[in-house]
Amino acid sequence: MKKLSVEAKLGLDLFHTDEENSHIDVDLECTDEEEIRKLVLACPAECYKYIDGKFSFSYLGCLECGTCRVLSHDKIVKGWKHPHGEIGVSFRQG
Amino acid sequence: MSEREFDADVIIVGGGLAGCSAAIVLANAGLSVIVIERGDYCGAKNMTGGRLYGHSLEKIIPNFKDEAPIERIIKHEKVSLMTADGSLDIGYGSAKLSSEPGNASYTVLRAKFDQWLAEKAEEAGAEIITGILVDNIIVEDGKVVGIESDGEEMYAEAIILADGVNSLLAQQIGMKKELEPGQVAVGAKETIKLSEEIINERFALKEGEGTAWLSAGDPTVGGFGGGFIYTNKDTVSVGVVATLSDIGHSDVSVPQMLDRFKEHPAVAPFIEGGETIEYSGHLVPEEGIHMIPELYRDGVLVTGDAAGMCINLGFTVRGMDFAIESGRLAAETLIKAHEIGDFSAATLSEYEKALKDSFVMKDMEGCKGFPTLLTCRGIFEDLPAMADDIAAKLFTVDGQPNSGLIMYIIESIAKKTSARELVDMITNILEAF
Repeated sequence: MKKLSVEAKLGLDLFHTDEENSHIDVDLECTDEEEIRKLVLACPAECYKYIDGKFSFSYLGCLECGTCRVLSHDKIVKGWKHPHGEIGVSFRQG
Repeated sequence: MSEREFDADVIIVGGGLAGCSAAIVLANAGLSVIVIERGDYCGAKNMTGGRLYGHSLEKIIPNFKDEAPIERIIKHEKVSLMTADGSLDIGYGSAKLSSEPGNASYTVLRAKFDQWLAEKAEEAGAEIITGILVDNIIVEDGKVVGIESDGEEMYAEAIILADGVNSLLAQQIGMKKELEPGQVAVGAKETIKLSEEIINERFALKEGEGTAWLSAGDPTVGGFGGGFIYTNKDTVSVGVVATLSDIGHSDVSVPQMLDRFKEHPAVAPFIEGGETIEYSGHLVPEEGIHMIPELYRDGVLVTGDAAGMCINLGFTVRGMDFAIESGRLAAETLIKAHEIGDFSAATLSEYEKALKDSFVMKDMEGCKGFPTLLTCRGIFEDLPAMADDIAAKLFTVDGQPNSGLIMYIIESIAKKTSARELVDMITNILEAF
C-alpha cells in the first residue's frame, strides 16, 4: 500500500472545524522534554509536534480521543473539553 | 421541587450502544426518553476495532443481524506473535464459531451501526437529539435532576450517563476519577477499502464470513498493546492499540506503529492495493474491574465505556457487549424505580446488583489478573522473540546436524529471559487464568 502521512490520512476524514475556539488548552511554554515526548509519540493525529525545534500544538485534526489529557492533565494539557455539538470529527465508518 | 415539570422520564447522555440500548428498553416499557448525542449523528464520535459479540443485543432485538448493518459474521480467529520479520500465527476456523445467534460475533463499523440502533430507539418511541453537547449535570440537594447545555436546562426523573470513555460528566459530579495512563490504551485505525471478492480470496473466506485477527509484539515494538485486523464487507479495519503508561517505551510513535503494522510482511499482502478511506482514533478502557467507578447515585446511573466496562484478554476484546447489557440493566432498574416513583440511590443500587449477577461483572471479576498480565514486558518482547526463534529452528532444514529440539528450546528461552523473569511470566499467566 502507498504510505500516507498522518496529515493525508486526516484529510480523508470529515471535520466540522471551529477555527476560533480550541477545545484543548495547552501550555506551549513547557520545557519538560520528557512530558512533551509522550504527547508527541502518543497523539494519533500528530497534534503535538516540534516544528523547527519548537514545541507546537494544533487542535485542527484532533480525533478527540483524550489521550493527551490522560497523559498530561494539569501539566501540559491545562484544559480539555469535548468540542461543541456538531464540531470536530464525524466518523463515517468508525 | 415537586412543581417541576420534567422534559422526560429519563434523559440519556450519549447515543452510543449503551445509551441507545437503554433508550429502546425504556421506550418499550412506555417511559418517555430523550437521548442527547454530541455528534452530528449517533456513532459520529465512536470507533471500534472491531467486533461485536451479539449475545447481549439479542436480548433486546432478537435476530438483529437480519436487519442491522453488520459487516461480516466471524467464522475465523487468528492470533499472532510478531517479530520484525516473522509471525507465529494460531488460526482457528470452525463451524462452532458463530454457530447460533447467542454465540455469534460480527464485525461492525460504529458510524453505521449506531445510527441503525438509534433508529430502533426512535421507532420504540425515544427522542434523539443530535449535535448537542451536555455541559453540566444539574445536582440539587445531592440528587441529580437534569442536564444543562449552552445555558438551556432539561429535567428528568433520572439521568443515564452513557457518554463514553471520556465521561467528563461522571468526573464532574465526582462519580469517577480522572483516567490514569495505566487504565487506558489509545487505538489508531485505518479503514481500508478493498473489494468483497479480494477480501474473501485473501482471507480464504466464504461470502459474508469474516476474520478477527489480533497480534502482539512487533506492532507496538514490544510496548504494551498490539495490532488488530478485522474484515468488514468491502473494507478491512487495521489498527494498533498502545497502553498509555507504556508510551515512550520506544521512540516509535502511535501513527508510526500503525504504519509499521501495515508494512509488516505478514500483514502487507492482505491489504496490498487497498485504499484508506478513514483514519480514526479512540481511547479504550483496559483495566477492567479495577477501574469501575461509582455506578449509581440519587437520580443517576453510569453505563458502558463511561463506567470502564471493557476487557482485553489478548485473544478476545470485549466492551460493546458489556455496554449493551449495562444499558439494558440500567433501563430495567429505572423502569422499576418509575413504577414505585423512587429514584433514590437505594433504589438505583439495584443496577449494581443486577450487573454483579450478570456476565458483565462476573467476567470482569473472572479475569481481574489480566490487566497485570498485559503489563508484563515478557509477553510483548521476549515471548514473540522466543516463538520466532523456536519456529525458525523447527521449520528450517539446512543440512546442519540437529542438536535436538528440546535443548534448542531451553537455550532459546535462556537467551531471551532469566529464570526469574520466566517464573514471573508463567505465574502471571496462571494467575490471569
